[in-house]
Amino acid sequence: MSRLPLMLIGLAGLIAVPFIGVPPYWLHIMIIILIWSFAYTGWSVMGRFGLVSLGHGAFMGIGAYGTALLWNHAGLTPWVGIPVSMLLAGAFALLIGYPCFKYKIVGHYFALVTLALSVIVGQVIIATRKHTGGSLGYTPEPHGGDGFSIYALQFPEKAHFYLIALAAWVVGLVIWRMVDKSMSRYALEAISEDEDASAAVGVQVTREKLKITMLSAVMTAFAGAMYCQYQLFVSPDTVAGVGISLQIVFAVVAGGIYTQFGPTVGAIITIILAEVLRINIGELEGLLGFRPFGLDNTIYGIMLVLFIIFLPRGVLGSIQARMKGGAKA
Amino acid sequence: MLTVKGLTKRFGGFTAVNNVDFEVERGEILGLIGPNGSGKSTIFNMLSGNLPPNAGSVNLNGLEIAGVPSHRICGMGVGRTFQIPRPIRRLTIFENAMLAAYYGSAGEVTRAEAEKNAERSLEMVGLPTARDADVATLGAAGLKKLELAKALATGPSLLLCDESLGGLDETEMDQAADMLKDIRTELNITIIWVEHIMGVLMRVVDRVMVLDHGEKIAEGLPADVARDPKVIEVYLGTDESAAEATAERVG
Ligand SMILES: Nc1ncnc2c1ncn2[C@@H]1O[C@H](COP(=O)(O)OP(=O)(O)O)[C@@H](O)[C@H]1O
Ligand SMILES: [Mg+2]
Repeated sequence: MSRLPLMLIGLAGLIAVPFIGVPPYWLHIMIIILIWSFAYTGWSVMGRFGLVSLGHGAFMGIGAYGTALLWNHAGLTPWVGIPVSMLLAGAFALLIGYPCFKYKIVGHYFALVTLALSVIVGQVIIATRKHTGGSLGYTPEPHGGDGFSIYALQFPEKAHFYLIALAAWVVGLVIWRMVDKSMSRYALEAISEDEDASAAVGVQVTREKLKITMLSAVMTAFAGAMYCQYQLFVSPDTVAGVGISLQIVFAVVAGGIYTQFGPTVGAIITIILAEVLRINIGELEGLLGFRPFGLDNTIYGIMLVLFIIFLPRGVLGSIQARMKGGAKA
Repeated sequence: MLTVKGLTKRFGGFTAVNNVDFEVERGEILGLIGPNGSGKSTIFNMLSGNLPPNAGSVNLNGLEIAGVPSHRICGMGVGRTFQIPRPIRRLTIFENAMLAAYYGSAGEVTRAEAEKNAERSLEMVGLPTARDADVATLGAAGLKKLELAKALATGPSLLLCDESLGGLDETEMDQAADMLKDIRTELNITIIWVEHIMGVLMRVVDRVMVLDHGEKIAEGLPADVARDPKVIEVYLGTDESAAEATAERVG
C-alpha cells in the first residue's frame, strides 16, 4: 500500500483548514503546533542518532531574537534577518560541536555542554535587557498601516501564517525523510554505536556529526524566527533558554524520536496539555487552594521520566512498533 | 608497499610495542604471530590510525601515515578487521558492508556502486547478501566474516586481519585460511595476518614475523621461523614436541 495518496489527501485537508471557517482560537493552536512540530523535527534529525542536545533552546532563541533585533535595530527585513539568524545558529553549532566531536564528548557530557549553551544564551538575553527587553520579552516593531506587510513578514490574518507554518512543517518532514534516505543516516547510526569502528571503514566521524548538528541548529533557528514573526513577541521563557531546551526534548521523547511524525505527535500532546491546564487553571486553583503556575512543566517533568522508563519510543513510535509486530504475527 | 621503522607504543609506563621495524612487499601475505599481549593488535591499531604511535614511522607507498586519522588511512587503501568483531548491530549485514564500501572509497564510488561492492564482498566471504539479513543471526564465525567483508568492501590494497581464526573450529579455520589466500589472489592485494597461534597460518603465509613482549624476535620463511630456537623458547615455551610438530607441518 502506498502512503503517498493518503498523505496528499491529508495535506489537502490541512490546506483547506483556514478556508472552512475554523475558529481563530483553533487556527492559533494549529499554527503553534505546526511551528513547534518543525522545531521538534529539527531537534530529532540529530536526536535520533543519540546526539541528545539540550542546547536547542539556544538555537531557537538565536533565530527568534536575531530576527527581531536585526529588524528593530538594523532595519533589516526578516527576509534577510531570518537567513542571517539561521547562519548564526549554524555558526554556534559549529563552535560548540567541533570541539565536542573532536574530543569525543558524547552522551551525557555532550548533553551537559549543550545545556551550558542554553544557559549562556538565556543569560545573555537577560543581561542585555537594554536591547533585548530581558525577561520581560521583546517585540519586533510593527510595519505598515493595517499590520500586513510582506516586507516585514507580518500577517495579522491568521490564515496567512497558518499556510506559512504548514509549508514549513511539510518542508521539515521532507528534510527528515531526506536525511533518513541519505548515506549519512547509515554513517550516523554507525557512529552512534561505535565511533572507532565507523572511522575504520572510512566514515569521517567529526564531519558527519557536525553536518547533522548544523542542519538541526539551522532548522531550529528557523522555528524560532517563525515563532517571532507569528507572535510578534519573544521572551526567554517562550523561545529561548533551558526551559525551551527541555520542552523540546520532552515533546520529542513523548511523540517518538525515531519516527518521522513523532515530533509532530509530541507537539500535539504537549501543546494540548498546556492549553488544557491553562484554561482550567482557575478550577485547579479552587481544587488545590493555590494558583498552580508552571504546573505544565511539572507534569512534563513527571511524564518525561515515565516515558523514558515505560515508553522510550514515544507514543507514535510505540503504536507503529505494535502495528508492525501485529502485521508480522 | 609498507615500511615500518622504530614503531613504538607506550601505555603509561608500559611499552606495548618497542622499536619494531618491518617491511611488507606488494602482493605478499605476511603472518604476524606472538603470544597474547605481545603487541600485535597494538601494531594494527597504529597502522590503521586507531592509535597514534609514540615514535616511529609508517610509510605506505611513499606516504608517511603515522598518526594520520583512521578514516583517512582507510581512504588510502588500508582495510582492517578488529580482533573482537565490531559490527554495527542496528544496521543489517548488507548495510554494514555498504557503509564500508561507500565511505571507505573516500567519496569515489556512488551509492549504487557501493551496493554492488558490498554485495561482492559479502559473497566473497560467504555471507548472505539479502538486504534485510540481521547481524543478530550471525554466530562467532559469521561475525568474523562480516569483519572481513567490511574491510574488503572499503576496497583495500593492504588488508590487516586481526585473529580471523579466533573462536573458530578446525574446519572453519582451514576454510578461513583458504579464503584469505583466495582473496589475495582474486583481488591482487597485500595482507598482514595476525594470529596468536601458528596453526594453519603457517601453511598460507609467505613470510612470518614473531613478536614477543612488544619486540620483534624473528622473521623469515614459515619453516625457518618455526625451527628458530628463540621462537620455540619464548613463543612455544618449552614444549619442543609441539614446535617440531609445527615445523614438520609447514616444512
Ligand atoms: N588501550 C590500551 N591501554 C592500555 N594497555 C593496552 C591498550 N591496548 C593494549 N594494551 C596492552 O598492550 C599489550 C599488547 O596488547 P595487544 O596489542 O592487544 O596484544 P596482542 O594483540 O598481541 O594480544 C597488552 O599487555 C595490553 O594489555
Ligand atoms: Mg590482539
